[in-house]
Amino acid sequence: MPQRAKIRARAEDLRQGFEAVGATRVETAVLQPAETLLDLYGEDIRGRAYVTSDALRGEQMLRPDFTVPVVQMHMEHGAEPARYTYSGKVFRRQEDDDSRDNEYVQVGYEVFDRENPAAADAEVFDLIRGAVNHLDLRCATGDIGILKAAVQGLETTERRKAALLRHIWRPRRFRSLLDRFSGRVAVPASRVALLAQDDPMDHGFADIGLRSQTEVAARIEALREDADAAPIAAGQVALLDQLLNVRETLPNALEHLRDIAVDMPAITEAVFCLEDRIRALAARGIDVETLEFEASYGRSQMEYYDGFVFGFYAGARPDLPPVATGGRYDALTRVLGQGREIPAVGGVIRPGLLVLLEGAE
Amino acid sequence: MTIKLGVPSKGRLMEKTFDWFGARGVALSRTGSDREYAGAVEGVDGVELVLLSAGEIPRELAAGRIHLGVTGTDLIREKLGRWDMQVGELAELGFGQADLIIAVPNAWVDVDTLDDLDAACAAFRAEHGFRLRIATKYHRLVREFLRDHGVADYQLVDSQGATEGTVKNLTAEAVADITSTGETLRANHLKLLSDGLVLKSQATLFKSRAAPLSDQDRKRLDQLIDLLQV
Repeated sequence: MPQRAKIRARAEDLRQGFEAVGATRVETAVLQPAETLLDLYGEDIRGRAYVTSDALRGEQMLRPDFTVPVVQMHMEHGAEPARYTYSGKVFRRQEDDDSRDNEYVQVGYEVFDRENPAAADAEVFDLIRGAVNHLDLRCATGDIGILKAAVQGLETTERRKAALLRHIWRPRRFRSLLDRFSGRVAVPASRVALLAQDDPMDHGFADIGLRSQTEVAARIEALREDADAAPIAAGQVALLDQLLNVRETLPNALEHLRDIAVDMPAITEAVFCLEDRIRALAARGIDVETLEFEASYGRSQMEYYDGFVFGFYAGARPDLPPVATGGRYDALTRVLGQGREIPAVGGVIRPGLLVLLEGAE
Repeated sequence: MTIKLGVPSKGRLMEKTFDWFGARGVALSRTGSDREYAGAVEGVDGVELVLLSAGEIPRELAAGRIHLGVTGTDLIREKLGRWDMQVGELAELGFGQADLIIAVPNAWVDVDTLDDLDAACAAFRAEHGFRLRIATKYHRLVREFLRDHGVADYQLVDSQGATEGTVKNLTAEAVADITSTGETLRANHLKLLSDGLVLKSQATLFKSRAAPLSDQDRKRLDQLIDLLQV
């Protein structure tokens, strides 16, 4: 069978497998309104998705993933709880690496369920794992929820916490903000000079553009508040670093996180969630003793996930992208739900990589 | 076959390019009427002059339709993905210097660095309900620069000319554009961000890595390169 047909057939099998366990099959449009995706991911998505346009509908993107349209569809008229599956092509613009595919098939399974998040996490993980487990893959798991809780628990201003949370998916920016908020890096000279003035708003420059002088004054107020606030204590930064560096098997990671939670009680609730998830995974027969957990996992690639995250990688082929990935994205349903929200978790498989790796065995 | 040399078809860039080649014994000139885009090469055999818009020279080099081309580093990097795999840099020509920079209104006294811009973007989006607009024609370079520096919650809006006027006209809040002296920026009440230099550009002679070469062409190209001492 030609490769494309083989991949297509493999995708059908996987999707039917998900239908067999109770998922409803859904389809989404290939062309998605660009505005929604841009507002969600920011301008960076233009580097990763193909943009096209017409004079009537304006800019549209070839769907870079299914999650966003599936969430939109569910938020508009989905009954609860719901389980969906789909298979089809996604399109990813490549600007730096021509060995990466710019179109490939994805098969997904998504769960919208308020009842028991830990059980839903385990269900998605178990089903995705079941589909790829015959290959010798490395599995990584993490939990963005613990990181968010840790940031929210820092003893500092709300503004600093909001700035750190906003950049949790941009590790370099996050680090430079943390360095400044903790006094490890000096405040830029231009800011010191600005705040030293009696009335920085008395500048005499022409007021042009939509960003008003009221907004400028409000930001200067925010800068003053920041200058007056005490630096984040070195002990807290050390704890956060300790947390970010947790990388061991699940039971050991849990122990380690519990130790950290003694000094950082803000993460207690999130650590309980992890504990519930471990129990739910074990209840489905997954060997949690050997499962790897990395506290920083998912920070650089998986931007809409805000809880449990996981990925399966071909250890012998580090050049390949992950064979399957998934995670929890409660916040995404809030953003796309226009006032409504529902806990949601899902995962996707790339059947093309399965076929490739199966052929190599 | 001949070696095809792509040169900007008008203005100071063309004249300076002619001067640069002339000083190295290769006389380039336009022929025919003022309006006809035809050129001649003297001082070396088998080289054909192709007059093109500077913005199209990157594409022609990448496609291998010209062997050599003079254009700005900014245009090569904006228009070609993995540019160094497609073209080779032979010589910087010492003119056409321009910096691709990010500028904001002078009246934004609270914004001096990219870090400030990022904070302003977050607040602007919360206040106005849309992402802060930066007008530019260098979409890829600016987007990659802002991504690498962790600036979020902005959008790029296309501006192919009079970019510095977009802020006053309320079609953008900030600009990313080429400047050589900064005079246009000042005249439009804009200032540079202190760490907002995206790229330093100048007119540069590039060689295509894709253009087909016969043995004779290869000899001619080597001769020309020797003559130009690049």
